[in-house]
Amino acid sequence: MGAGIAAIGAGIAVIGAGMGIGHIGGKAMEGISRQPSAAGDIRTNMIVAAALVEGAALFAIVVALLVVLL
Amino acid sequence: MNMLKTLKITFSLLVIMLLSCNQSVFATDTNEGEQKEEDPIEAMMHHLGDANEFHILGDWSIPLPCIAWSDNGLLMTMSNNFEHGHKAVNGFVLHHGILMRVLGDDFPSDQTVDVSFVEEEHGHGAAEAHDHDHEGHQTVDVTGITNAPNSAESTEEADHAPQIKYGTNTYDLEACMSLQNTGSSWQDFSITKNVFGMLMALILLIVVFSKVSKGYSSREKQAPKGIQSFFEPLIIFMRDEVVRPAIGEKDWQRFFPFIMCLFFFILFCNLLGLIPIFPGSANITGNIGVTMMLAFVVFVVVNVNGTKDYWIHVLWMPGVPTFVKPLLTIIEVLGLFIKPATLFIRLFANITAGHVIILSLVSLIFFFKSAMGMGGAAAGVGLAVPFVFALNLLELFVALLQAFVFSLLTALYIGSAVEDHDDHSHGHDHATM
Repeated sequence: MGAGIAAIGAGIAVIGAGMGIGHIGGKAMEGISRQPSAAGDIRTNMIVAAALVEGAALFAIVVALLVVLL
Repeated sequence: MNMLKTLKITFSLLVIMLLSCNQSVFATDTNEGEQKEEDPIEAMMHHLGDANEFHILGDWSIPLPCIAWSDNGLLMTMSNNFEHGHKAVNGFVLHHGILMRVLGDDFPSDQTVDVSFVEEEHGHGAAEAHDHDHEGHQTVDVTGITNAPNSAESTEEADHAPQIKYGTNTYDLEACMSLQNTGSSWQDFSITKNVFGMLMALILLIVVFSKVSKGYSSREKQAPKGIQSFFEPLIIFMRDEVVRPAIGEKDWQRFFPFIMCLFFFILFCNLLGLIPIFPGSANITGNIGVTMMLAFVVFVVVNVNGTKDYWIHVLWMPGVPTFVKPLLTIIEVLGLFIKPATLFIRLFANITAGHVIILSLVSLIFFFKSAMGMGGAAAGVGLAVPFVFALNLLELFVALLQAFVFSLLTALYIGSAVEDHDDHSHGHDHATM
């Protein structure tokens, strides 16, 4: 049963990650549409920020894995 | 145009290679002698974890040195002397590819003897089953497993206390340091898959970068050529977009080699973990011990190079009212440890998650096969191979990105440690990450 709840927890964490990264992507699109010449810079920073947000979601995944495996 | 053609040919060869050498070949080796049926989940954990030999197909594996130190002295053999768990050397056996020590004073510890493994019922299946209805029925299902009561809450690491039979007795096995065995009677210094993988990455780094640097010294004032031209944009990008802005003009040169080492080591280890066969099948950065040591090194570098300003800001933050300062001290000291911790957890989780997804998709083929026979297996292959291909490409990207993010954050932490605050007026704000 702990494993089932851990799986639900991991799923909820991924909702947060999806929303965060979607937000970052959306703002990046807006930035590029405002100033197309800055597209390269914006893209790089978007990817960095997305990796950090994804890192936060992956902490939750690691906790869920710990519940299942420990 | 010659270079473009070369690039196109290389790329198409890579694609063909990826399509044909996908990991479903690698996954057919679950038929070890002891297990009658393939257990995909156990095979998956085997691929994710470390082992003392490179298991290639069936019974064929590339042996690695096993070095163990216990109170009986030092053991140094090659892992093929263990014959996949059929022999015990000096009181040690190889259980599913992992070195374990035999507990028991009467077990011969100075010679090689034949042993056999006690059949475990679906090693991993039992670990799952005992969650919902196993708690009270320890004697019912565990027919092959003796001494069950104290292993009810064991994890799959212990596989319900693996045991071997020698003569007429049954002995317990002890892993070196697993999650529930923090003080073991022996220490493991073997060259395992991960250690070998790191040495492989080290050799690759030395070979590649000595070529690159020789290119610079022999082609001075000329355009870069060959492998030098592949790495130069990476290095220049890291220097100009990451290290110099983060650390500042004054001492970026002190830390640039370290950050480059970190970046390329993590990148090569990630990439090696994606290759399915021999030099590369080790899941190096997916091992939390490896990433923890990388973060520990970052921790040491950041804190040793912290200036007085840095430590004052950590321990007694200026610019806030006094009643808040102790609280901030606690938070900042915790942050000292949490920041490197996030580094290694992020790297570990990203890489492991990628491997888990790919391995799960491949084991889908085996689920189809057990459900529907060979036709199902063929359908499974048709379904899984494109997904595995796409995910391998994503994993390539993640490998690069995670190495980049690790080194970017390291540069930022080092920058915050060595920057000098010219203004001591208490109005400046901090970018606390």
